[in-house]
Amino acid sequence: MAKITFITHDGQPHVVEAANGTSVMNAAIDNLVPGIDADCGGECSCATCHVVVDDAWWDKVGGPSDREESMLDLNPEREPHSRLSCQIPVRDELDGLVVNVPEFQM
Amino acid sequence: MSEAIALTADQDSLARAREEAYGAPLEALDVARPELFEQDVMWPYFERLRAEAPVHYCAESVFGPYWSVTTYDLIKEVDTSHEIFSSEPTIVIDDPDEDFDLPMFIAMDPPKHDEQRKVVSPVVGPRNLAALEPVIRQRVQTILDSLPVGETFDWVDRVSIELTTQMLATLFDFPWEERRKLTRWSDVTTANEESGIVESEEQRRAELYECLEYFTGLWHDRAGKAPGNDLISLLAHGEATRDLVNRPMEFLGNLVLLIVGGNDTTRNSLSGGVLALNLFPDQFTRLKADPGVIPNMVSEIIRWQTPLAHMRRTAKQDAVLGGQQIRAGDKVVMWYVSGNRDESMFRNADDFVIDRENARKHIAFGFGLHRCMGNRVAEMQLRIAWEEILKRFSHIEVVGEPVRVRSGFVKGYLELPVRVTAA
Repeated sequence: MAKITFITHDGQPHVVEAANGTSVMNAAIDNLVPGIDADCGGECSCATCHVVVDDAWWDKVGGPSDREESMLDLNPEREPHSRLSCQIPVRDELDGLVVNVPEFQM
Repeated sequence: MSEAIALTADQDSLARAREEAYGAPLEALDVARPELFEQDVMWPYFERLRAEAPVHYCAESVFGPYWSVTTYDLIKEVDTSHEIFSSEPTIVIDDPDEDFDLPMFIAMDPPKHDEQRKVVSPVVGPRNLAALEPVIRQRVQTILDSLPVGETFDWVDRVSIELTTQMLATLFDFPWEERRKLTRWSDVTTANEESGIVESEEQRRAELYECLEYFTGLWHDRAGKAPGNDLISLLAHGEATRDLVNRPMEFLGNLVLLIVGGNDTTRNSLSGGVLALNLFPDQFTRLKADPGVIPNMVSEIIRWQTPLAHMRRTAKQDAVLGGQQIRAGDKVVMWYVSGNRDESMFRNADDFVIDRENARKHIAFGFGLHRCMGNRVAEMQLRIAWEEILKRFSHIEVVGEPVRVRSGFVKGYLELPVRVTAA
């Protein structure tokens, strides 16, 4: 179980509770957090669940896999701490996680 | 809508197609025949393939032997397995001409695909688009305000082509008065000798060389100036592409990719939306009551229309897909047009439902590395068009039969006669 805070582009925090094993993307979708499209349904193949992980959490979350990297790389507006939220499994150590939702998904 | 006008295939042709689709031996089905799309009767063939053979081998066709993949999940599996299913040498069912091969990044695998795509993708990035929105809206307004209310006119020419051509000219920073050259080059690229657009393959190539020559001029002009934010300037100054002009066929290939990608597709979704709202008039009523549904309707239009009916891959190695043994070198066609009508994904999939809950899950943009680069431009154009249409017109009535493209690739319309009523 983890508490996750999504900060949307307007600065608004959206705090949700998510069960272990689900993805950060699903936590957003299930709780109607705006700004996450997730067109492909969580298979790392559309890049529309893009989030930017808060600096303090980057080491715990970790970087993308090769496959995720290749999808992220298609986005001209990616940032150093960009991740696809469908590829971040929720786990206890991510309790308190903060991620930023970009203004646009691409 | 007049009862005499058939907006889709008439009931008799469709019944005959259904009889043929279900009467023929499964192995004899050839869904790639262009006339099926021209007559809008391909639906029962795909329906049967989805139910009985979602990975289906057609041994003989004008395009040679090919596999058809027709269900949503299996299409997605192929699209996301680029290490098995290659985009080279081409992404259409027809093989490239050996003496006129146009390399383009849509038909390349990583790493070259990624390098070239990255150069041009910022121009259609959301941030750049947000800046373009007011310009696009103003141009849409001008186009719509010029329409002859109460008279019959061709929606394809006056609205769909004009709007997408203007958008493309904007993205290329193309000489404005000559922008219809872009439309012509787009049509010529996907033309074949049956299409009536060109008289011969020689003429087609000659016109494409004109396109190359024209853009080579633009390239040298942009290369000599400070980097700008248009597609040609990005290519001319981009690290991975700055010598592209010295590889003329590859330069031409990428040009026609951007031209067709930015033109044929949204053009046909703009026409398809009008047709869909005539076929499902209750949806037009709902739309007028709630214009807030437009963004979702845009996804539904793209799903329902599926302006590119397929993308083709070529197996790099033996693979099992949906229980079928695919061999290295086999042609594998992902029928997006069928995946978007897969009932296991979309309930009442043939219906046009503007507030369909999962419309965004459509597969018309593809999934994976080759997912449509211009998807947000397409959605923006369609959204703005419908927002402005609703402000002006209470009805767009289709008053003549739509003329469809004879192609299993570009799924669209040559003509759509309409009459608009002022709001």
